[in-house]
Amino acid sequence: MAFLHATGTKAKGGLKRKSLIPYFLLLPGLIWLVFFFLLPILTLISTSTKTPGLGIGEFDQTYRFANYWDAIVNSHSQFIRSFEYATIATILALVIAYPLAYAIAFKSGRWKNTLLVLVVAPFFTSFILRTIAWKQILGSQGIVYKLLTDLHIISTQTHLTASPLAVVAGLTYNFLPFMTLPLYSSLERIDPRTLEAAGDLYANVITTFRKVTLPLSMPGVVAGTLLTFIPAAGDYVNADILGNPDTKMIGNVINARYLQIVDYPTAAALSFTLMIVILVMVMIYIKKAGTEELV
Amino acid sequence: MADASNSASGDLQLSHITKSFGEFVAVDDLSLTVPQGSFFALLGPSGCGKTTTLRMIAGLEDPTSGTMHIGTTDITNTRPYKRPVNTVFQNYALFPHLSIFENIAFGLRRRGVKDVKEQVDKVLELVELPHLAQRKPSQLSGGQQQRIAVARAIVNRPALLLLDEPLGALDLKLRRQMQIELKWIQTEIGLTFVHVTHDQEEAMTMADTIAVMNEGRIEQMGSPADLYDNPKTAFVANFLGQSNLIKGKIESNDGANQIVDLFGTKVAVPKARSSAKDSSILVGIRPEKLRIQPEDIAMSGNILTGGTISDVSYIGVSTQYQVEMPWGQELMVFEQNDDGVAPLDKGDRVKLSWEPIFTFGLDGSEDANAGSELHISEDE
Repeated sequence: MAFLHATGTKAKGGLKRKSLIPYFLLLPGLIWLVFFFLLPILTLISTSTKTPGLGIGEFDQTYRFANYWDAIVNSHSQFIRSFEYATIATILALVIAYPLAYAIAFKSGRWKNTLLVLVVAPFFTSFILRTIAWKQILGSQGIVYKLLTDLHIISTQTHLTASPLAVVAGLTYNFLPFMTLPLYSSLERIDPRTLEAAGDLYANVITTFRKVTLPLSMPGVVAGTLLTFIPAAGDYVNADILGNPDTKMIGNVINARYLQIVDYPTAAALSFTLMIVILVMVMIYIKKAGTEELV
Repeated sequence: MADASNSASGDLQLSHITKSFGEFVAVDDLSLTVPQGSFFALLGPSGCGKTTTLRMIAGLEDPTSGTMHIGTTDITNTRPYKRPVNTVFQNYALFPHLSIFENIAFGLRRRGVKDVKEQVDKVLELVELPHLAQRKPSQLSGGQQQRIAVARAIVNRPALLLLDEPLGALDLKLRRQMQIELKWIQTEIGLTFVHVTHDQEEAMTMADTIAVMNEGRIEQMGSPADLYDNPKTAFVANFLGQSNLIKGKIESNDGANQIVDLFGTKVAVPKARSSAKDSSILVGIRPEKLRIQPEDIAMSGNILTGGTISDVSYIGVSTQYQVEMPWGQELMVFEQNDDGVAPLDKGDRVKLSWEPIFTFGLDGSEDANAGSELHISEDE
């Protein structure tokens, strides 16, 4: 067999060598993923079934899968809240970003590049700083609070900060560029003539949007919602800075378990559960959005 | 919505249409009538305003001034989706996310037509692609996409079908085939076609009437034969086929002819075919109307002597000669290879002759080269 193989390889020597190049190109990324993704995940899973040992921060592997049950029972409200907030923030971001991306793609003319830079501009300052800025924006001295109380939309007894509203506002704001950019790139790829063709074929502006623009921008909608929803669901900074004890998200719980309580197994179990839940949700979502609209 | 959109029918009439983009005037006081049921071509080089004119008829651009009518209905300010007009776009603009069937059904569904399937099947039959109904546009060849674009438009039975360089993306052989097919479809269903192209051969093959456009204006309008045989401007003479244009001076009148002096030789130009405003004239003859003979052979008609053959290209059906005249101008002569005589050689001394009735006269103030460079550069 070995002999046969050898002659076979020899005959197609040049071809074989060429076809190996893609694998060599994959190698650096593959090595990175193995060491910094696959191994940590395996460590995480193994940690999640450990139980406390003798000293603080020491854990023994006892394959206690009940860790998962305990973690979920104790933190299910934060889990649900995380997905609620992430869903609301994603929808808000979509509603804000779609018209913005549409305007940049089709109506901005020579301002296109400037507007795109402005979309990305917030990244030039730190994530934490921008989130803290929302405390000022929504604070009792801020313009939003003044306007709303002056118009008697909210009473002076209520506060905008340290509230679910502030957390969702922060999440929406922080992930808006991740929604806008994929939307823009998919809208920009639409041949304007297909929109003209729709108008030519008796579709008014609204029908053209429903039947042509929106379906053709679905790849951007899917990418944008995923890029917003996934990090938003796991986020803890916004809830930490803009929230109160009743707005804790699952990220805050994991953070506390790891760094304050030093309960690695529970933190690991929560992290892994979060990963799986998001993965399942994303798969269902892509399947729904994908097969009906994209292909 | 119902079928109100298709109520208008009749001739398309553009009156004094002007379209400016800032300082630039794309279409300049354009008036024309396209009779119902005709195949009308707007022909001109890129940037001549033909596509802008088409887009205004489709409603995709608003004219700066002027009016448009279909029959007696004013469509000047009608939104595109309410016009009884459909367009076959350059590069087709098929909906990439919809199947071929749904692409064609798009217009019918918007108008709330009942028997969508029947009509789509019928038009797919007409363009001979019924087996592709469930494919996506990206799975089709260029020629197939082109036919689907036509099908998607004609299934709506518009009063007017607009074609924007519909064959531009196809290779030469396919283009010839589609020209014949489009003409056949037009006769078959009897719609009015308005076709925009920069390809003079395409326009001449398909159209009943051609309007030659240049710099936002119509240079000349007429049947292909009329435009070719009797061009009124140097631009038309050069853009539609090739022409020899020789500067001359009108000396006298002789009955139905003007007697013109061409660098010392007198030639006759029929008055009816002359657009000269004063005594200065450009005398035009198509290269295939010229006869070429060695100097010592007697000839009749208008005769120019003293030529020297500077180039010979044998191209099968004909031989093309370039002849340098005593006054330095090069004239083109196309000679049919139908007499069994060997072609003349480079350097031979020759004389040229032609029947006076083939001569056309242009105003002497015109640029003899107008339109000729465009012709060459756009033919690829």
